Amino acid sequence: MSSGRRIYNGGMDRVPPERDLAAIGLLQDPVRRALYGHVVAAGGDVSRNQAAEAVGVQRSLAAFHLDKLVEAGLLEASFRRLGDRRGPGAGRPAKLYRRAAGEVEASLPPRTYETAAQLLAEAVDQAGADLELQAAARRAGQAGGRDAGPAIEQLLEARGYEPYPDGNRLRLRNCPFAHLAHEFPVLVCSMNLALVEGLLEGIGKPAGRAVMDPAPGRCCVAITSKDNQD
Amino acid sequence: MAPAHHLAQVNVAIVRAPLDSPQLAGFVAALEPINALADHSPGFVWRLQTEDGDATSIRPFEDERVMVNLSVWESLESLRAFVYASRHLDVMRHRREWFHRMTDPYLALWWVPAGTIPTVAEARERLKLLTRDGPGPDAFTFREPFPAPAGAAR
Repeated sequence: MSSGRRIYNGGMDRVPPERDLAAIGLLQDPVRRALYGHVVAAGGDVSRNQAAEAVGVQRSLAAFHLDKLVEAGLLEASFRRLGDRRGPGAGRPAKLYRRAAGEVEASLPPRTYETAAQLLAEAVDQAGADLELQAAARRAGQAGGRDAGPAIEQLLEARGYEPYPDGNRLRLRNCPFAHLAHEFPVLVCSMNLALVEGLLEGIGKPAGRAVMDPAPGRCCVAITSKDNQD
Repeated sequence: MAPAHHLAQVNVAIVRAPLDSPQLAGFVAALEPINALADHSPGFVWRLQTEDGDATSIRPFEDERVMVNLSVWESLESLRAFVYASRHLDVMRHRREWFHRMTDPYLALWWVPAGTIPTVAEARERLKLLTRDGPGPDAFTFREPFPAPAGAAR
């Protein structure tokens, strides 16, 4: 009885829900897509002015698109006073945009890989097959790295990790396995580390060293420079 | 306002080789730093230890091979952050090299009145409860947590 509660039940209709279709459809517009991409890449709050400048459009056009993205649930808006002035005459708070929590997906024909992944992860976890899983992940990473160009950052970006520099480390903003990692952290995070290690090995030349460096709200893996003992 | 309840956790493990063997060297080396990390983590309240500073010499079960780890935290979130979002996670990666696979539940969580420390006997009972009945308000898991009882602790 209790195991049934965890199974992901989404995406069973023949046609994805209207809300998800609408959100994805919104991103067809290239300006809107660029604005969304900029906000997401920034990794935090972005003002309308910053987004407009980054993408190269008028502020009012940027505001129009950004608010449409908020309406569709792809972005979240908040208000904050930028700068130090307070009290009357300090000016209006700026409207800031960030990526919304939650996920949007649509698959045709309907696919629920997450359901299968949860069941497979549960079985692997029960069977204690961590090392086999890590070995498979490493092999897959090596194959992926070999097929890719030499730039680690590009490779990780292409795989959805959203890398960003932090001192002498490359950190990963997004966990591609989110729910699965939440349910099976040791299994999935050690799999992920092996996968990224494999990717780096696949690239070949000393590309960097993958280390486990988790913190709440980001992917568990970071890349340090190969010689860095830090 | 201080919470009325704290979260207790117990986990058991059976090592694959003696603690002084090369195979377990990584585990033994990690004990002190990871225990120190726990002690300084937000929300940490207490952990079971002997004078050596850890719980590895305690054998509370009929099966002499079974080791125990018992601790108390201010919240599920603070425990979760320590276990899965700190350097502790990197150590857990090696669990299959160090510990036997357990077919029965090896980790149980439950709520205790804030300021009380659970006994090893109570921890044993909670694990048995979880094994017998599955997750419930009196013994649960990270995957199927239950909220602290409402109102003041009795």
